[in-house]
Amino acid sequence: MLKKLALAATLALAPVSGAFAAGASGHVENFDFSFEGPFGTFDQAQLQRGLQVYTQVCSSCHGMQYVPLRTLHAEDGPGMPEDQVRAYAEQFFEVYDDELEDFRPARPTDNFPANTAAGAPDLSLMAKARAGFHGPYGLGINQFFKGMGGPEYIASLLHGYTGEEKEEAGTILYENTAFPGGWISMAPPLYGDDVEYSDGTEATIEQQAQDVAAFLMWAAEPKLMARKQAGFVGVLFLTVLSVLLYLTNKRLWAPVKARAKD
Amino acid sequence: MSGIPHDHYEPSTGGEKWLHKRLPIVGLMYDTLMIPTPKNLNWMWIWGIVLTFCLALQIITGIVLVMHYTPHVDLAFGSIEHIMRNVNGGAMLRYLHMNGASLFFIAVYAHIFRGLYYGSYKAPREITWIIGMLIYLLMMGTAFMGYVLPWGQMSFWGATVITGLFGAIPFIGESIQTWLLGGPAVDNATLNRFFSLHYLLPFVIAGLVIVHIWAFHTTGNNNPTGVEVRRTSKADAEKDTLPFWPYFVIKDLFALAVILVVFFAVVGFMPNYLGHPDNYIEANPLVTPAHIVPEWYFLPFYAILRAFDSEVWVVIAANFLTGGIVDAKFFGVLAMFGAIIVMALVPWLDTSSVRSGRYRPMFKWWFWLFVVNFFVLMWVGAMPAEGIYPYIALLGSTYWFAYFLVILPLLGVLEKPLPQPDTIEDDFKAHYGKSSTNDGAAAATPAE
Repeated sequence: MLKKLALAATLALAPVSGAFAAGASGHVENFDFSFEGPFGTFDQAQLQRGLQVYTQVCSSCHGMQYVPLRTLHAEDGPGMPEDQVRAYAEQFFEVYDDELEDFRPARPTDNFPANTAAGAPDLSLMAKARAGFHGPYGLGINQFFKGMGGPEYIASLLHGYTGEEKEEAGTILYENTAFPGGWISMAPPLYGDDVEYSDGTEATIEQQAQDVAAFLMWAAEPKLMARKQAGFVGVLFLTVLSVLLYLTNKRLWAPVKARAKD
Repeated sequence: MSGIPHDHYEPSTGGEKWLHKRLPIVGLMYDTLMIPTPKNLNWMWIWGIVLTFCLALQIITGIVLVMHYTPHVDLAFGSIEHIMRNVNGGAMLRYLHMNGASLFFIAVYAHIFRGLYYGSYKAPREITWIIGMLIYLLMMGTAFMGYVLPWGQMSFWGATVITGLFGAIPFIGESIQTWLLGGPAVDNATLNRFFSLHYLLPFVIAGLVIVHIWAFHTTGNNNPTGVEVRRTSKADAEKDTLPFWPYFVIKDLFALAVILVVFFAVVGFMPNYLGHPDNYIEANPLVTPAHIVPEWYFLPFYAILRAFDSEVWVVIAANFLTGGIVDAKFFGVLAMFGAIIVMALVPWLDTSSVRSGRYRPMFKWWFWLFVVNFFVLMWVGAMPAEGIYPYIALLGSTYWFAYFLVILPLLGVLEKPLPQPDTIEDDFKAHYGKSSTNDGAAAATPAE
C-alpha cells in the first residue's frame, strides 16, 4: 500500500508542475550548464564573464537590488579578490546615500543598485522566476538533473530574436522565439562582441547569453553549491542511519516473529 | 471502554515515590511510551510519527525564520532574500520549511487514506477522527497563510482568490471578507494578521495532537484487521500487543529515516520543484499572473471549488430554489467545505459493521477508486478551467460526494464481508507462522 501510494503520489504530482509550463509556450533550448544535476557546480570563469556582460550590457536598464556586491567575493560564486570587488563596485555603480543625501560610488557593503527607469524587471531572482522546461511528463526528472530551466529560458531569450519588429500602441515589439506570445518589448541586447573577455573566450551572442544566464543563476541562488553539499551529506548520513535502524528493527522483531511460528 | 490491561509505572525509590505522589509525570510518560500496541500494525501506521516530526520541524525552522523575517508589504520579499543570502544557514532553513510543508501534507494524506481504508474512524474512535479532521483543517489554514508571507506574486494573488471565497457568502460575505483582510483588499493589514495566525496555529495544532493521541491511547490503536485487542486479561492482551517502546518506536524511526532520505534529496537538489516560479516575483497588485494555481496539496479542493459553474444543473436548481441567493460562486464554496465536512462525518456515514477494508470485497474497489479520484482532482485542479477539464472536475467532485453520501451507506447493507480472524494474534501467526515467501505481496503487509 505504501508503494502504491508513493507511486500514485509521484504520478499525481507530476502533471501539477507540468501545468505551470503550459502558459509559457515559447521555445526554450536546453543547455548543459555546469551547475546542473545533484553534483553540478558553478564555473567561476563563466560567472566572471557573465558578470562582465551584466555590467556592460544588462545593467544599463536592469537592476539587481537583492544581490549584495560583497558576495562577488564568495568562494562558491564568482570568487573575485576583495580589492577587485571594491574597485569594481566603485568603478561601475553609484548608490543613493541617505546620510549624504546624494549619490556616491558603491561599496562592497551595498547591494547592486535597483534600476527600474526603463520599466525593466529586476534580475536578482530572474533565473528562479521563470520556468524554462519541465518533464518528461513533469516527473521532476528534468528538474533533478537539469535544474528549473530558468537560465535556459534567459539564454534562449537572449539569442531568440528573429530580427522582425512591429509597432503596437506606440511601443516597438521585437519577435522572439523564446518569449511567451512571441513579441517582447526589450530590444535585442546582444549583437556579438558586446564585451571583450579577458580570458580570450570568443564573445559570440550564444557565448555571452549563456555566460550571463549562468551568472544570473548564481545571483538568484548564491547558496546553490552549499545547498547541494548539505543535501548530499544529509542523504548520505540518513542512508547510513536508515540501514542501522533497519538492522536494529530486524533484530528487535526477530524473536517476536520466531515465536509466531510455534 | 476501558484501556487495554497492562503494567503501570511503579515508583521504587524514595525520590520517585515523593515525586509520583505530587506530580505523576514519570508515570504519564511511562504509560504513554509503553502503551500496548497491536503487533500486526503494517507500514501504513508510520505516518503519525512522520507527522509529529513534520510539526516539530516546521515549528523549529519557523521560529528561527521569524527572527529574520519582516511582516511588511514593502519589506517582506526583501527580508526573505536577506534570509536566503545573509543569514547563516538561512537558505537551508527556508527550503526545509518550504518543503517541510509538502512532506507534512504527503504524510497527512497517507495517514487519512490509511484511516479510511482500515476503518480507523469507526466506533469507538470517532473523536480521534474528528480531532484529526480539525488538525487537517488548521494545517490547511496555516499552510495557506504561510504561503502568503514571502509576498510573491502567487502569495498575493492566492490570498486574493481564497479570501474572495468568503465574499461569495450571501448578504454578509463582503463584510466578512473585509474583516478577514483588515481592509478592502489584500494589503499590509492582511499580511500582518496572516503572520500572527501563522505563528499561532501550529501551537493550537500541537495541542490538538496531544488530544488526538490521548483519544486513541484511550481506545487503543486500530490495526489492519480491525479486530480489537482482547481485554479479557493482561495475558490475553499481551498475546495481541507489544509495547510501543521499543518495538514501534524503532520501526517508525526506520521509516522516518527512509522518508527523510528522499526529503533531503529534494531539499538539497531540487528545492523549488514543488514551488511556483511566479513566487520569486515580488507581489504586484497591478499585474495578475497568467495562471493562479494553489500549492499542490490544495489542488483537489480547488478543483471541487471550480467544478460547479453556473451551467451545472444542481447549481441552476439551487439558484432557482433559493431565489438567486446561492449562485455558482457560493455553491462552489459550499462544495469545497462540504467535501471536508462529509469526510469528517464518515464515522456515521459508513454503515458497515466490519471495520477493516481488508475484509470488505466491494468496499476495496470503491476505496481505490476514491484514491485515484483524489489524484485526478489534484491534476485537474492545476489545469486551466477550460475545454474538457471542468467536466473531469465535475465528475471527480460528484464521485467524492457519492463515495461518502451514497456508496458507504449502501455498502454496509449490500456487501457480504469476508471472514475476519478471531484475534490479532491469529492474524500475526497467519502471516509469520508460515514460510515468509509471500512477504510484501499483500496490500496490507503486517509489521516487519
